[in-house]
Amino acid sequence: MAEAAAVVAESLAGYRARAARAVLEQVVLPGEELLLPGQEDGEGPGSAGERPLLLNAGARSGGRVVCGPGLRRCGDRLLVTKCGRLRHKEPGSGNGGGVYWVDSQQKRYVPVKGDHVIGIVTAKSGDIFKVDVGGSEPASLSYLSFEGATKRNRPNVQVGDLIYGQFVVANKDMEPEMVCIDSCGRANGMGVIGQDGLLFKVTLGLIRRLLAPDCEILQEVGKLYPLEIVFGMNGRIWVKAKTIQQTLILANILEACEHMTADQRKQIFSRLAES
Amino acid sequence: MAAERKTKLSKNLLRMKFMQRGLDSETKKQLEEEEKKIISEERWYLDLPELKEKESFIIEEQSFLLCEDLLYGRMSFRGFNPEVEKLMLQMNAKNKAEEVEEETVELDVSDEEMARRYETLVGTIGKKFAKKRDRANYEEDENGDIKPIKTKKMFLKPQD
Repeated sequence: MAEAAAVVAESLAGYRARAARAVLEQVVLPGEELLLPGQEDGEGPGSAGERPLLLNAGARSGGRVVCGPGLRRCGDRLLVTKCGRLRHKEPGSGNGGGVYWVDSQQKRYVPVKGDHVIGIVTAKSGDIFKVDVGGSEPASLSYLSFEGATKRNRPNVQVGDLIYGQFVVANKDMEPEMVCIDSCGRANGMGVIGQDGLLFKVTLGLIRRLLAPDCEILQEVGKLYPLEIVFGMNGRIWVKAKTIQQTLILANILEACEHMTADQRKQIFSRLAES
Repeated sequence: MAAERKTKLSKNLLRMKFMQRGLDSETKKQLEEEEKKIISEERWYLDLPELKEKESFIIEEQSFLLCEDLLYGRMSFRGFNPEVEKLMLQMNAKNKAEEVEEETVELDVSDEEMARRYETLVGTIGKKFAKKRDRANYEEDENGDIKPIKTKKMFLKPQD
């Protein structure tokens, strides 16, 4: 009887959902279901006598688990929708069960509310500008959403200008809308990006890696020469340095960082520092 | 002629506000209840069992801002754009400050300044209420601040 149960268990193993805790930092594929802590022990084939049922009531009642990009809610479990590595962040202040998300790689950007992006003004119609952000639709930007803009005092924005702003409306049912002020009405660095410089495109994963708090690439780049960079979460980077050659070197480094290992990077930086 | 025949008033007319002012409270309540019954019978409802929404512990978010602590997107190095460098310090400090949750009360005026002003303030207000004779005791400092009153001249008893 026990052997039959074991055979059944093995054949079912492929269909059994895995515990999210067991799969952290591993590659997950779309279609997998993940169990949250507090549900793992209830699952399992057959004999209830073998497995003690641990009622993790404490873990459940405290926590609201947040499922981030790449995951969806499916009943009580998490359903993976993108392939990549599963990551988890513990809750900082103790409320909630933490955040799970899939660290995936893609080049195509989908507008998300709250993201800061670089857009290119493509059209000016009446009171709004149409800004291309790399999504499926151009976002709309009202001329009143700049710091210090009033009906009489219009901002100086032309077609072809680069804008750094954030989304206030971004879902799959509506046209995305962006603004260049924050909730208090201050610009905080958003608005038209200045003259000169170079805009180029990279993958979204690289942007997130570069903007991580402990990024070595940026620290090394900052030591080379005076420069200015703006990162947009839609995969666009704008760089500016004193000469055109320096700007181009910088653009090439950032694009190549995607595929270089740390050693190769250090070699390149040391070569640059010499010249 | 009018007294012989009593006109029958319709139900709707009786339900109007001006007709009900004369009624006493009991009849009013009865009428209200009847009305409610009529209305609730006419309302449509679904004849389904009550569906309770399951309390979900999982929230869906599509933004990476919650997941990873990302730095502010504009950066400037080695003084290329001083405004952006100031912004960098401000915005990155804001992120950290939210985590730490420190509350410091900012002082507009330092303690020393406060003490100095208070000292002269006592003299100024005191002068206002002093009598003409006592006003001579107040003298003005070099800066124009009023020094507080000097000790009053009391009667000194002779020793012997």
